[in-house]
Amino acid sequence: MKRFVGFIKKEFYHIFRDKRSLFILFGMPIAQILLFGFAITNEINNVDIAILDHSKNVNSTEVINKISSSKYFSINKFLEMESEIESIFKKGKVKAVLIFEQNFGSNLIKEKKATVQVVTDATDPNTANTVSNYVNGILQQYQKQQNKSIDPGFQVLPETKMMYNSELKSVYMFVPGVMTIILMLVSAMMTSISITREKEQGTMEILLVSPLKPVQVILGKVFPYIFLSIINALIIIVLSIFIFKMPVQGSLLLLGLESILFIVSALGLGILISTISETQQTAMMISLMGLMLPVILLSGFIFPIASMPYPLQMISNIIPAKWFIIIVKGIMLKGVGIQFLWKESLILLFMTVFFIVVSIKKYKIRLE
Amino acid sequence: MSISVSHISKSYKKVKALENISFDVKPGELFGLIGPDGAGKTTLFRILTTLMLADDGIAKVDNFDVITDYKNIRNCVGYMPGKFSLYQDLTVEENLNFFATIFGTTIEENYDLIKEIYIQIEPFKTRRAGNLSGGMKQKLALCCALIHKPTVLFLDEPTTGVDPVSRKEFWEMLKRLQHKGITILVSTPYMDEASMCDRIALIQEGKILEIDKPELIVKKHLKDIYNIRANDMFLLIQSLKSYKNHYSIYPFGEFVHYTDKNKDFNSTELKKYLETKKLTNIIIEKTTVTIEDAFMELAK
Repeated sequence: MKRFVGFIKKEFYHIFRDKRSLFILFGMPIAQILLFGFAITNEINNVDIAILDHSKNVNSTEVINKISSSKYFSINKFLEMESEIESIFKKGKVKAVLIFEQNFGSNLIKEKKATVQVVTDATDPNTANTVSNYVNGILQQYQKQQNKSIDPGFQVLPETKMMYNSELKSVYMFVPGVMTIILMLVSAMMTSISITREKEQGTMEILLVSPLKPVQVILGKVFPYIFLSIINALIIIVLSIFIFKMPVQGSLLLLGLESILFIVSALGLGILISTISETQQTAMMISLMGLMLPVILLSGFIFPIASMPYPLQMISNIIPAKWFIIIVKGIMLKGVGIQFLWKESLILLFMTVFFIVVSIKKYKIRLE
Repeated sequence: MSISVSHISKSYKKVKALENISFDVKPGELFGLIGPDGAGKTTLFRILTTLMLADDGIAKVDNFDVITDYKNIRNCVGYMPGKFSLYQDLTVEENLNFFATIFGTTIEENYDLIKEIYIQIEPFKTRRAGNLSGGMKQKLALCCALIHKPTVLFLDEPTTGVDPVSRKEFWEMLKRLQHKGITILVSTPYMDEASMCDRIALIQEGKILEIDKPELIVKKHLKDIYNIRANDMFLLIQSLKSYKNHYSIYPFGEFVHYTDKNKDFNSTELKKYLETKKLTNIIIEKTTVTIEDAFMELAK
């Protein structure tokens, strides 16, 4: 036990003496959460659009006023001719152009039907989609207002309610994702680097020719990073609660325990990486490429798993981050307890045990 | 026997690092492995310290087999690898403390063993190990290897890259440790250090050329060796090589070490011959045989 404590003490010396890594360790979560929270968002706000109004009558002006008064759009330019559309898109100044037909007003009154053409810049398909949806919404609203006096016969009115995130804040989606990425990165990359550093510096040679058991070395490496990762997790949760008003509907204790479980599984992965890489650089590359990309792309953090091709859906199942994101969203947003999350937790637990057992088995008791 | 090696062989893919190596080291002996870089010294150390498995043969340290009893060996030996392998970001004292703890002991417990060495680096005990000079690093590494009072000490090229004064001090320390009953196996590429060992093994290209006491190895080399000097070193060597009676010629500092085929070597005859080759300032004198001469002879 004394040996183990001595080993951990040594690990903390390494961590606290390496000021740059320490800065990354604690600076990164803060920077990432702020970045994702403020800058990177799926919502649209003040999207620049242009208007080409051929009719220029009361009705079209009403619609234009409605659009420009919404917070989603701001009108960048009024066009005069069709030919201008192409050039304004090419300049990249606007995301959409609204074209009112020649007799918009009279058609609306006489034929009870008039068209507005919505041309969007689909180089960014998500934004284009959202823009056209929002325009549709505004037009429908206008229509409903105009038709108030008339009896429409019958009508189906959709009444939507956005559960768990009624304001559709994208930060609610990013916090669990960022938390997952950071815990994964800190835990897996840092441990794998710290073990390979011993190999690279030759100190592993001395550690091997000592009575330290493989379990002691591995646990000694893991323990300090569990501690640091928990602090990181706390920072992220506190930031998201106080800065982004992210609710934690479920139990904080459960969230903490699940986080620790995920941290340990990431640490297990880190040790596994260190057993197959000889240098710090390889360990870092494997951690970044082999862990970061799947975590970002396949965990359901950014791209919904259900819309992925079937083979990728299968692959996403073996990514611990996927299960952790489900758990975090469940606890923070839905407020569910372990009775709904036991399956995901069990999968994570199983993965963790697997990683640790394999890495202890793979730990080399000799050089070669 | 403290260390017994019998018929050890080891190859790396195509290269044969060790070929049928056998020797014994008695308890309390200071045994030297002398050989140039790439002779297989480090590989042998790694096999004996249980870091590597030999392809063939049996090796025992303190009567423990290096394969089956590796755990026992790791408890009782001290190992100082050729490359400086301490934590550079830890201070002198922290390094020493760390190695004491992982071997389940304390600095105080075995202080008398390391005292003489540690006193020299103690003024720098709060300095990071990475900022020490070469000689200091070696002293610290030796302290760390000694802190658990090992029965056998393995030192892989401990004086490589260390200044001559520190080298001399280092060997004096080894002698003192030997008197405290520690068996020491040390390797070095410096032939002049060989005479400090009780016995040495000359090793080259994975094979042992000779094992004996340094003075006996020198004695076995029966031929007389002559120091020859002249104004033009290159021409001298060329001329000697074409001399009919030459046996061996090695440049040795400012001299050429020369041995003759005949027992009754006549230096005036050689001098005359060299003068015909337009060499001047010729000096020919008999010299004492060194380990290096013996090595060159054996490696021939």
